[in-house]
Amino acid sequence: MNMLKINNLHAAIEDKKILNGINLEVKAGEVHAIMGPNGSGKSTLASVLAGREDYEVSEGEAAFLGEDLLDMAPEDRARAGVFLAFQYPVEIPGVSTINFMKTALNQVREYRGQETLDAVSFLTLMKEKMKLVDIDQSLLSRSLNEGFSGGEKKRNEIFQMAMLEPKLAILDETDSGLDIDALKIVANGVNKLKGKENATIVVTHYQRLLDYIVPDYVHVLYNGRIVKSGTKELAHELEAKGYDWIKEEAATA
Amino acid sequence: MSNNQLEQLSQNFEQFETSLNGSKGSIHDTRKEAISSFLKSGFPTSKNEEYKYTDLSKLVGKKVDFSQRRKGSELDHEKVSDRIVEGLDAYELTFVNGHFQVELSNLPELDGVRVSGFREALINYEQTLDDHFSKYASFEKDELVALNTGFSEDGSFIHIKKGQRLDKPVVLNYINDVHENQTQNYPRNLVVAEESSELTIIEIYHDLGEDTSFTNEVTEIVIAENAKLDHYKLQLNNDKAFYTGTTQVSQATSSTFTSYTFTTGGAVIRNNLNVDQEGEGCETNMYGLYLVDGSAHVDNHTTVDHKKPNSYSNELYKGILRDKARGVFNGKIYVRSEAQKTNAFQSNKNILLSDTSVVNTKPQLEIWADDVKCSHGCTTGQIDEEALFYMQARGLSKESARALLLYAFATEVLENVRVENIKVFLEKTISKHLYR
Repeated sequence: MNMLKINNLHAAIEDKKILNGINLEVKAGEVHAIMGPNGSGKSTLASVLAGREDYEVSEGEAAFLGEDLLDMAPEDRARAGVFLAFQYPVEIPGVSTINFMKTALNQVREYRGQETLDAVSFLTLMKEKMKLVDIDQSLLSRSLNEGFSGGEKKRNEIFQMAMLEPKLAILDETDSGLDIDALKIVANGVNKLKGKENATIVVTHYQRLLDYIVPDYVHVLYNGRIVKSGTKELAHELEAKGYDWIKEEAATA
Repeated sequence: MSNNQLEQLSQNFEQFETSLNGSKGSIHDTRKEAISSFLKSGFPTSKNEEYKYTDLSKLVGKKVDFSQRRKGSELDHEKVSDRIVEGLDAYELTFVNGHFQVELSNLPELDGVRVSGFREALINYEQTLDDHFSKYASFEKDELVALNTGFSEDGSFIHIKKGQRLDKPVVLNYINDVHENQTQNYPRNLVVAEESSELTIIEIYHDLGEDTSFTNEVTEIVIAENAKLDHYKLQLNNDKAFYTGTTQVSQATSSTFTSYTFTTGGAVIRNNLNVDQEGEGCETNMYGLYLVDGSAHVDNHTTVDHKKPNSYSNELYKGILRDKARGVFNGKIYVRSEAQKTNAFQSNKNILLSDTSVVNTKPQLEIWADDVKCSHGCTTGQIDEEALFYMQARGLSKESARALLLYAFATEVLENVRVENIKVFLEKTISKHLYR
């Protein structure tokens, strides 16, 4: 069975159409990259899948493990196993990452029919996951993302992903604002979390991240549609030639 | 307000005078001047700029019946302690319907500190009272102060001597017993902190019963050189309580004053907090939090007057309002020409949880010195939708995400609360309020 099956998905924000018929199938164990020029709809796709309410889906379906994803509240999508790593993680004053994760994880576990964790087991789990992204506990005791550097925010996203153990991880421009060292740490964390049971969608403008998180499939999004699909070689081609030839092809098609 | 009410208050004053039975003490002339000053003007109306959003004449006029006489209360100690902050180890003065109840109180018996009811102080500590009473809160300038000064019969007297540090806070526990009828109270507190002393005072206001209460309080606080004073006001009243109060503070050189005002109840609340920094190097901190709903109306007016160099003030007031609640914040900062190198900060932030709640906020900075650092800011908005979505996207229900955000917003004000049991109590109070 497909992990994710998107069929003819159309979405708009304030009457502006952004997605114009997306089709995509993702199976467990796969890594898909979604690339495309600015404004092509990449982040919109990620947001729609995570349940951001600003977008209106006018047509099409998205099924997650056979369930109607679009019908689920954002928190239920997360609990069912969809994780969105934000392009711009939100700063939340007064709520520490630790406290936030404890609340989130226990609500997720409850939904999944697992026992909630007490303080000790939570801390043990947390320490284990912290190592994956080389994140310091003092950072996690601070207000969530407040005053964090770009790299710290992205590492915190991957840390949270590690804690919640999603089935489908969607990384929205996770490479943006990262220097090469931070990029390697983040990519390394994602790679360690990959497995046969879960899938990853990497949304990115540049090929750079895909040197570290190697995709099985690459899709090019343009004007709200997937106009080309291929393997990782397609990403290299885009890196070498830019997006103009894609736009021309799409115009003549 | 109606002439009837003024007439009634005039009669009440005559009865008060009769009840004094000749033992009027040295302050009675001041009372008489003050009440005649009040009776000329009545409660402030919205024509008075300071009461623009809080027309006390109208608000009090509608609901408060000054002809109702307060009855003696038969509260026993158990009933009272139920209402007190759990585990708080403190000296305590309990007042029922404005009257000091020595049998429900626990006073320190230590050299270096004098704590008593106001009436007892009139007899025992007349000289100190004479030196300070009505010397800071001016009844000529404010009608509410005038009304209180006129009826200043009971309250508390706290005097800590040079270099002393009281081992526990002093709680002023003001209970309105409104089981059967309305009450009107005029608590008058005088706090004198001598040089290099340290003291914490906690005023708690609450009601037993469902009827209306009217409280008009004045607290004068005098802080000498190098002394440190923390002042808490917990307003936990029922939704029929009218409270108006003035805290008037005078700070000498290198003294520190910190004020905390927490409001979770009441029909109409008006807090005037005025701090005069009379000496150099003073520090003033003012924290406030109001969590209100229904048709509650909460108005905080604060003033800090920097008169001398090298002084500091910091103010943070926050509010969460829902239903038809209204919040008013007005923060004045004066920096006089002599007060060079002053740092003054002010912030008022509000979250409105309904379309029908309102906040009127106004910072007022008047600066005559040229070498100062001052900043102010105010925000009023809804809950941050982007933050809500972020939290939901991690699996939190919308309700718990909201509550967590609001809790974090509110508890920022508690960061500097130094009495641990008060902090815990307030955290619980905030949770109860938000998860309701």
